[in-house]
Amino acid sequence: MSEEIKADVVLDTTGLNCPLPILKAKKALKAMDDGQILELASTDPGAVKDFEAFCKATGNNLIKHWMDSNVFMFAIKRVV
Amino acid sequence: MADMDLGDAKKMTIICTKGTLDWAYPPFILATTAAAMDVDVTMFFTFYGLGLLDKKLNLGVTTLGNASMRMPIGGMQMAMPNMVASIPFVTAGTTVMMKNLIKKKGVASIEELREAAVLSDIRMIGCQMTIDLFEKNADDFIDGVELGGAATWMESALQSDINLYM
Repeated sequence: MSEEIKADVVLDTTGLNCPLPILKAKKALKAMDDGQILELASTDPGAVKDFEAFCKATGNNLIKHWMDSNVFMFAIKRVV
Repeated sequence: MADMDLGDAKKMTIICTKGTLDWAYPPFILATTAAAMDVDVTMFFTFYGLGLLDKKLNLGVTTLGNASMRMPIGGMQMAMPNMVASIPFVTAGTTVMMKNLIKKKGVASIEELREAAVLSDIRMIGCQMTIDLFEKNADDFIDGVELGGAATWMESALQSDINLYM
């Protein structure tokens, strides 16, 4: 995680394929408070497109995504 | 979009007609993903799809009559002639291979996806006519399944933004 963003919840979905990272992200976000940040790791090759679409449709804020040694990383802020 | 504001929620229905291991995936993947994206989902299980509601799933897959099916074996894409696929136990063997592949690639099992569907409050309707036709017992279904017919689905479909047949 980059220094300026502090994750409240960290979720590792590496090794899991579509749609499990999305389902697990939704479950985690549901349990979080408004404004909290979820940091998620995924190896699903479709993850970037899917998380962009997921956040757009649900209104959660995809703050940023980056690569960390072949793992897709996401920082998502929960927006109620 | 508000999480609990069902009045504004988008709606989707899926008619599930197939009960093989491979064809069980599209409806459950789309239904659970839609629910995760705050869509109100109804699944209607009819004909061979009705078996997907059984408490104990024993789904199989066969290459028989499936000219497009290829399995990755030793870096190659292997098709199987119908003649071979029709030999006893080849269907069972193909099913085991497919299940191993699913596990290896981190793909969810149908049981897991169905559990996720139940937990995300997806409405599941078992087709009453199919139950009568195939002499099925609704007691064999997982908890929370509602029984209904074409009109039950229609009522839901008319209010939905997306209706899919699989």
